[in-house]
Formats: sequence, structure tokens, C-alpha cells
Amino acid sequence: MNQMNSEGYTTADGRKIGGVLMEMKNITLKFGGVNAITDISFDIREGEIRAIIGPNGAGKSSMLNVISGFYVPQEGEVWFKGYKRGPMKPYEVARLGIARTFQNIALFDGMSVLDNIMTGRLTHMQTGLLAQSIWWGKAEKEETENRAKVEKIIDFLEIQAIRKTPVGRLPYGLKKRVELARALAAEPQLLLLDEPMAGMNVEEKEDMSRFILDVNDEFGTTIALIEHDMGVVMDLSDRVVVMDYGKKIGDGTPDEVRKNQAVIDAYLGVAHD
Amino acid sequence: MTQSTPQGDLQSLPALLARNVQAFGTLPAYREKEFGIWQSWTWAEASEEIRAMALGLLVLGLERGEHVAIIGRNRPALYWSMVAINMCGAVPVPLYQDAVADEMAYVLDHCGARFVIAEDQEQVDKVLEVQEKLAGTGTVLHHIAYLDPRGMRKYDHARMNALADVQAEGRAAATRLGADLDARIAGLTYDHTCVMLYTSGTTGKPKGVVLSNRNIIETSKNSAEFDHLGRGEEVLAYLPMAWVGDFIFSIGQALWTGFTVNCPENEATMMTDLREIGPTYFFAPPRVFETQLTNVMIRMEDAGRLKKRMFDHYMAIARRVGPAILDGKPVSAMDRFRYWLGNILVYGPLKNTLGFSRVRVGYTAGEAIGPEIFDFYRSLGINLKQLYGQTEASVFITQQPDGQVRSDTVGVPSPGVEVKIAESGEVFYRSPGTFVEYFKNAESTASTKDAEGWVATGDAGFFEEGTGHLRIIDRAKDVGKMADGHLFAPKYIENKLKFYPNILEAVVFGAGRNTCTAFINIDLTAVGNWAERNNIAYASYQELSQHPQVLETIAGHVAEVNRSVADDPMLAGCQVHRFLILHKELDADDGELTRTRKVRRKIIEEKFKDLIDALYGGKGEIYTETEVTYEDGRKGAIKATLTIRDAVVQPVGQRMAAE
Repeated sequence: MNQMNSEGYTTADGRKIGGVLMEMKNITLKFGGVNAITDISFDIREGEIRAIIGPNGAGKSSMLNVISGFYVPQEGEVWFKGYKRGPMKPYEVARLGIARTFQNIALFDGMSVLDNIMTGRLTHMQTGLLAQSIWWGKAEKEETENRAKVEKIIDFLEIQAIRKTPVGRLPYGLKKRVELARALAAEPQLLLLDEPMAGMNVEEKEDMSRFILDVNDEFGTTIALIEHDMGVVMDLSDRVVVMDYGKKIGDGTPDEVRKNQAVIDAYLGVAHD
Repeated sequence: MTQSTPQGDLQSLPALLARNVQAFGTLPAYREKEFGIWQSWTWAEASEEIRAMALGLLVLGLERGEHVAIIGRNRPALYWSMVAINMCGAVPVPLYQDAVADEMAYVLDHCGARFVIAEDQEQVDKVLEVQEKLAGTGTVLHHIAYLDPRGMRKYDHARMNALADVQAEGRAAATRLGADLDARIAGLTYDHTCVMLYTSGTTGKPKGVVLSNRNIIETSKNSAEFDHLGRGEEVLAYLPMAWVGDFIFSIGQALWTGFTVNCPENEATMMTDLREIGPTYFFAPPRVFETQLTNVMIRMEDAGRLKKRMFDHYMAIARRVGPAILDGKPVSAMDRFRYWLGNILVYGPLKNTLGFSRVRVGYTAGEAIGPEIFDFYRSLGINLKQLYGQTEASVFITQQPDGQVRSDTVGVPSPGVEVKIAESGEVFYRSPGTFVEYFKNAESTASTKDAEGWVATGDAGFFEEGTGHLRIIDRAKDVGKMADGHLFAPKYIENKLKFYPNILEAVVFGAGRNTCTAFINIDLTAVGNWAERNNIAYASYQELSQHPQVLETIAGHVAEVNRSVADDPMLAGCQVHRFLILHKELDADDGELTRTRKVRRKIIEEKFKDLIDALYGGKGEIYTETEVTYEDGRKGAIKATLTIRDAVVQPVGQRMAAE
């Protein structure tokens, strides 16, 4: 189905996927003597939804941390937008256009939903601390502009009703949505989602899936996600990387992955309880 | 029937709009909260938008007399579209937005709508699903215009377009089609159809009620004068657009008087938006007032000791003297001072929290409201009144004048309305608002409206001697006889039960039987809060509903109702002997309630036949399986074992003998 070439391909539902946005070349990551990731290579193309799956302890989260620049691999290269990436500070990563959500929600509990999402705009704000505390002239204008952008995201994710609610008072499913909102507020080119559906019920999962698809569709954001729920992954993603014990055992469209014998043995067919 | 004289040239909604633009074009006409801010449109701006929409519809080929369906929640653009459709000489048909595809299919097929204006992707999906079902029935969908473009990019746009694009095309064609549009507007008279509304109907298929410009404009004018509504009023438009009340308030009266219509951000923010707008003219079904009161009480339970005592103390004073002060009756200076103090400490802040600080005229209708609930709001100084109406009357049949407000009557006939009571006890009326006909249903029209224009309401009632206020007992066809000849009025008992915050819904059976029995739905908010405070764990509605303590509480409520029913010799036979708490909430999606949340007795009787048999069979518990429909239309089943309880009943015979 997918016509792969260096220029990109067209998905089954007619979306045009662009060239390579990020490329992982022969990544190996070690913690002491343990190989968390062994010699993995794959790419993420502009506009696609790319999933990384695998059983518990396969190294998925480590992989995401390598992509986000939090871990620096001992071997291999990470290329982003045509440049080879060295070790980076978190704010440098954010400025590059990468945003993420966390498996264990990392929001500011005491702050309102609105303020939490506003923190996602920090990299887009220029005025200094002094100007912002006096809140006059340029600082005021800047905040208004950023607030308008945040309000668009609040509208998009349908969380108007909790705009002023402190995050700590929200149920889990909504916190996840607020985290997505904050990541979106940074207007990233690449959005990393670490188990966006973990611990959700069917309805919440459906909502979240719709939001992920809509984000990809409306903003053209490239999305890389880790997820346990196979049904969700297969429905959502354009291409899937399958990991097991730190190694890549499959890579392709959901259909291809589903038919891959190594994948079936490692994950899909055999129960891992 | 008295044919009222047209108001000069103001014989249609577009004519009223033009007048408003001329008279006060720079005043705000519509507001909607979007992106966290109230966006507003003046009459002149709204008029420009509406005209562009009308021109756009002409470009798409909308013909005179055609029906156009509108599906979505209350948004200015959807209100505008109804006036725009009127401009083209066509008829708007607003539908309930939460209707499932099947219900929508019936209505779209029945009115033969070729055009649909839908709010968002969800509604468009439903229309497309319906379209497939209707293939080959003669109803061909020509075009869908949607308001919210989100998620719509991948759809085949051969037969659909964004409403904004329709408007853009209309603006581009202004010079070409402007003359045609002006001719169509000029051609509108009092006898043209203004809107068609489908009544949900507690039995059978919905009927399309055709309302003319005369119906809408005369009713709006009369009712606005009755309550002295002016240009400065603010209303919050949050009730379903398919409901006649919303059409009269947010379109009829708004265009007639020129007040401002405010649309909330979405359903979930309604309470916040209510507080921000502080409407001066407010309408809500009893359920909204009940929910608000329940929330207040729950929050007071959690309040500190001092606050709680202050609240209790001043509410007692308010209950004693509040309604009298509101009605302008004599109250001692000391009590006035106490009430004034209470207003500063309790009532004022409470009203502000509820969003009722500025309410000058408030109405509740649709169902009976509990006297405690009604008095609570009135004692705070909120001028809450009752009205009685139906779609066929363009809402108003009777309403309560200021100063003559009681919870057990529905008021005096509205201006221009004549009311009579037939020998059977059924209420009849005729008025300028009386509907033209049921669409494509001459048979029903004839059986409801006679040659002289009298319309049967289907409700049984009587005029109270002395005051001339109308009292409604029950649906005429629901009032029956029990096996021993006692009067059976289920709604009367159900309302008494529903006045308890713990009981959300009740259905009483007993026609033709020896005793009455009841199904109860508990209110998850109230009972859930009680469970939380008493450390009672529960996983689901079903589990909580069968908890022994919950059953005990409800049994207490039923016994109290029985005691009060026994006092009325006419209805003493209606005491509830046995009851059960249903394992699921009655839901419109399952056909058990109408979209306006009225109980559909017949359907419930058929669906839960096993439970009714168990109630009368003397069993202590019953196992049952029930099919449910999820919001996306899928079906599932709920299995449960329900406990059946006997209720404490007052001995009727002895009591009468003693008297």
C-alpha cells in the first residue's frame, strides 16, 4: 500500500507524508553493563504518526528519551531536520521544535489548567522577567498574543470548562489532555507521546485517539508515540517500530507488522503477563 | 378565531431584523463566548452575516417553501441561519442535536429537507449515515453546510461546504442575486410559515408543528408586553434549539423587543457563563433549578460550622418572609430588617454564585416543580414564575402575573389566549399563537384542532375558584381508574416522589389494578454525595441503587409520600404499595424518555414487563436483563438482580371510617 521513496509516501487514507524529519542511526544505549537499546535504526517522516511498541522492558521509553535528547546514546547518531544532533539542554530541545508528554503526568498541580498550558508558550516569549512583572507595553501585548494561541488549543481539546481549575483537582483522563495541550502550546514540529492512553477507559481512549488524529490533521504535527494498547496503535499509526529486549524486530505499516513472524512470537501472539 | 391585525410591515422575522438595524443597529444583538472571551455582534453586524448566509443559500439553489434542517447546539450562526432561511422564503426545521441517527432519519424524510445546516463533524456524520438509509426514498440530500470545520478536511466536499464559505459565495453573488432576495423578503406575510418544530411526543412518531409568522410574532409581542420585556434584557440561550421555547425566547422575543441573546461556550461551561452574563430574563425546566439547589445543599454540607449556621438561620427567615416581600405583601419592619441583613450576608452572595443576581423575570415550565424548590428561589428574592404551554400554542397558554405566584398553579390565561375546560376535564385553548397544522398529517390536525380553532391540550385540569388560576392534574389519557374505582393519577404521585432530591425519576403503575407500584431512579449526584460522606463504596450506578441503606432511605420517602397522598380522599387509592429502584437511569437514547425528558409510559411498561409482573407477583427480588443504547448508537445489555420492597401504606378504609 505504501509507496516508500526518499521524497515521502501517501498513506492509505490519502495523506501526503513528507521527507525524513528525524533519523536514528545505529543507536546503542547502555546503563552500566545493561544494553537498553542495541543498534537500532529508523526514521520519522514529516507529517506521519509513528509508533514504537514492544513488551514491558523492551526499551521503548529509553528510545523516546533518546529522541527527546534526554539520554545521549553511547553509539550511533541522531539526525534532526538534516543536522546531526549533539548533547543538548532541555530548553534547546524545546527550541528545536520537539515537545513531549510524560507517562507519569508532569504538570504543576497547584496551577490552573490555563497557567499550565501557558508554560508551554515560554519558548515563544521574548520579554524579560522585569518587563513581565510590570506587565506593560510589549510584555502585555506578548502575553495577549500567547493567550490567544493557548485559547485556540483549549478550544481544540474541548477543555473550556476546566480552564480555571487547578490541575490537582482534575481526574486522570483530563490531566492527560492538559498535558497534551501544554505540549501543543509549544507548537512543536515533532510531538512525543509517552503512553498517552495508559490507564484510560474505552471512552477516554476514543477521545484521545481522536485528538491525536486531529492534531496530526489540523496542525500537520509529526507524532511519535509509545503505547501498550495494540488496537489503538494499529488504528492510529502510519508506521510502527517493534522493539524487544532493546532490539528492533520489526518496522513497517501496521499490516506488515501484524504479519511479521518475529513480532507475533515476541509480542502479539504470546502473552506476557 | 380572532384574526389579529398585522403590525404594519412587520410581518416576518427578516422585517423585524431590518427594523432593529434601523432603530438600534449599534446595540449588541448576539454574544458567544469563544476562546475565553465574549465575542459580540451588533444588530447591524448580525444582519450583514444573515444576509450573506441567505445569498449563499440562494447560490446553492434553495427554493421557496423548502424545508432546511438545522442541527447543533445554541450558537449565533445557527440562529442567524434560521432567519436567513426565512429570508429565502424557506422554512427552518431545528432538530434535537442529541437525536440518534434513526430519529433524525424519520424527521429528515418526513419534511423532505434537501439542505442541512450542521454544527460540527459529529452532526455531519449522523446526517451522512441517515443519507445512506434514506437512499431511494425520494428524499435526496442536496447540500450540507457545517459551522465548525474541524476534522472535516478529509470529507468529500462535492455536497458539503463550510458555512463561512457559503457566506463568502453569497457575498460574491450579492449584486447578481440581491434583487431576488429582496423580492423574496418583501413577499413574506403573516400567513407564511416561520418555523416547523417536531414535538417529541410521549407516544408514537414525532409530529411536525407548522407555526406561521403570525403565531410567532403575535405570541412574542403579547408575552413581551405581559412581562414588560425591553431592549435591555439579557438572556442565556442554552436550551435545545428544537424546542419551541427557545425559538420564542431567543428568536421571536429577541427580534421583537431587541434584547441580547448570549450563547454559552459549550454545555459544560453553562453555569460559569450564566454567572458571567447574569441574565435578566431566564428560563429553565425544573430540573435545572433542582440541580442547582442540590449543588448548593451539598456544598453547604461541606461548609464550616459558622457558615452553615448562618446559612440555616437566614434561610429560615427567607422562607418565612421572602415570598411575601417579593409579592409586595405587608411584612413587619423588624422582619424587613432581618431580611435586608440576610440579603447582605447570604442571599446576595448566593444569588451571585448561581448567576441570578439580575434576574427580573424567571420562568419554569415543562414539568411540575417541587414546592420546596420553588419557594427556595422565591424566598431569595428571585422572581421565579410558572407558565403552562406547548409547541402547538407557540409556548404560552397560561402564565403567572407578578405578585400572584404559587407553586401549585400555572397561572391565568396569557394575553390573547382563551382557555376552556371540557366536560371530561381536558383543557382547551385558542389564541393567535395556535399552530397552523401538523405537517403532512391532516388526520392528527383534525383530531387536535377543531373548526373553531380550539386545541386540545391532552392535559386534565381545572380553574381554581376565587383566583381564576389554572391547575393541571395530569395528562388526560394517563388519568385512569384503579380496579376498585379509585382515581389513578400517576403524574401526581410521581411529582411528589421526584420532589425528594434523592429521587431523579419515578414511574407509577396502577391503572386497572388493586394497588399502585413504582419504579424509582435515584439521583446519582445526591445519593453519591451521601454515600461519599458515609464511607459507602460503590462501583456503579447499579450497585449504589441496590445498596440496602439506599433502599431504606427511598422506602422512607415513599412512606412519606403515601402519608401525604392519604390525606387527599380523592387520590388515597394511589398510595405506592411496592417499589423497586431501577438498575439503569431512564434515558431518551433508549426511548424511555422524550428528548424533553418526559416519561414514555407505554414503552416503559412494555420494556420492563418482567419487573412490573414481579412487583405485582409478590417476589422479593428479580433478575433482569435490559438492552441499552450507547451514545454512539451501539447496543449492550445490563444484567441485574433487583430488590423489591414493600412500602408503608396508610390504611385508607379505617381513616375514612374514623372521619
